[in-house]
Amino acid sequence: MSKVRVLVGTKKGAFVLNADGKRDKWDVSGPFFGGWEMYHIKASPVDPNRIYASQSTSWFGQLIQRSNDGGKTWEPVENKFVYDGVPGTHQWYDGTPHPWEFKRVWHLEPSLTDAETVYAGVEDAAIFRSTDGAKSWQEMSGLRKHGTGPQWTPGAGGMCLHTIILDPKDPKRMFIAISAAGAFRTDDGGETWKAINQGLRSNHIPDPTAEVGHCVHHVAMHSAKPKRLYMQKHWDVMRSDDAGDSWQEVSGNLPTDFGFVIDVHAHEPDTIYVVPIKSDSEHYPPDAKLRVYRSRSAGNEWEALGNGLPQENCYVNVLRDAMAVDSLDKCGIYFGTTGGQVYVSPDAGDNWSPIVRDLPAVLSVEVQTLA
Amino acid sequence: MICLQLPAHLRNLARVNGEVSLHLDGAVTIDSVLDALEAQYPMLCGTIRDHVTHKRRPFVRFFACEEDWSHVPTDTPLPAAIATGAEPLLIVGAIAGGAAIR
Repeated sequence: MSKVRVLVGTKKGAFVLNADGKRDKWDVSGPFFGGWEMYHIKASPVDPNRIYASQSTSWFGQLIQRSNDGGKTWEPVENKFVYDGVPGTHQWYDGTPHPWEFKRVWHLEPSLTDAETVYAGVEDAAIFRSTDGAKSWQEMSGLRKHGTGPQWTPGAGGMCLHTIILDPKDPKRMFIAISAAGAFRTDDGGETWKAINQGLRSNHIPDPTAEVGHCVHHVAMHSAKPKRLYMQKHWDVMRSDDAGDSWQEVSGNLPTDFGFVIDVHAHEPDTIYVVPIKSDSEHYPPDAKLRVYRSRSAGNEWEALGNGLPQENCYVNVLRDAMAVDSLDKCGIYFGTTGGQVYVSPDAGDNWSPIVRDLPAVLSVEVQTLA
Repeated sequence: MICLQLPAHLRNLARVNGEVSLHLDGAVTIDSVLDALEAQYPMLCGTIRDHVTHKRRPFVRFFACEEDWSHVPTDTPLPAAIATGAEPLLIVGAIAGGAAIR
């Protein structure tokens, strides 16, 4: 029988949640790396026992951990992330030049074809690659040298490269997103990058339709339709049908189009999920009701899903890497909150239940579907 | 033999209990102690000082013989009691800090 393994990163450690395909009884293990911020934990699709984890604190900086046995044991690997050449400056919050400084790894994206290759999205924004199982890292500096780098600015959480998407049909094509610069695409394996922000509109920058400066919160793709991308921007839910060359807004009837997560059903490329959040400063669900919104039409028409989720007095947030889907026949949807709950829906969002309720604030959720 | 006290997080990372003992040849300074520490426990590289610049991380402090050595030039010889191992060099996580908003 199939199993699922959920990898949860929190502000105070990592947790591994295991269940069989019914997804109704859960074994919770952890905390691993207790007391450390675990920004992201993700397994290789090639070797499900190979897991990479980003571990950091303000005190002792960045570490990368690697497991070769499905998360039972871990070993620290290389944590040296050095920018290629003199990194120069980006814009600070007030528009003044600010030196590029490495702070942490936000996202780890293992290769689709090689368990030894993994990509890291870091703050201040850059992408690094390891081809030796995270024993060494090299910056793919074509992105930072795109030319618009001096115009990039930090979002509230810092100037982070938080999204890396590998195209399953074109090994040379990748997508990344940066807060607050926007989305970028490479078609040549990372040598050169193109800003793909046409159609985005952001009123917090002097030119709302500028090439860069957009606070993209997350981007998602379905592997069967790799030219279609979905984006949750600071405001607006967007869709591209041409690999990011142009975007259209699909916020439709959402109660608010602010949010952080966005994800796609494992078997239905037109079915997507968001968690609307009240903003600019509140960052909790509208009406204090935690609801996932699902569109079965690639956006614009949305339905609220709250069965099993708290529908009163709920003031949590769901952060950008804290939603995932499994690939069982009945697609499971998972998300974690800043209140420490991890919820699962084993029926594509119709019904929800908590796997755990009282973890530290959840930073990231990934799921593995295991044979 | 130099004795070194690490914060709990770094003891866990290095998989050591209690104080760390280090053998040093030559001058005993913050630099030489950290060089020896990182050679013996490479997983600690980057956690106390920057990989490249060797600048102390902002929330890390060095105490020696009840004095704060955090801002003393790191090539300054440490007190004799540290150099002889009579007193430990303390590496301390500052009671401060915080995390960025995600």
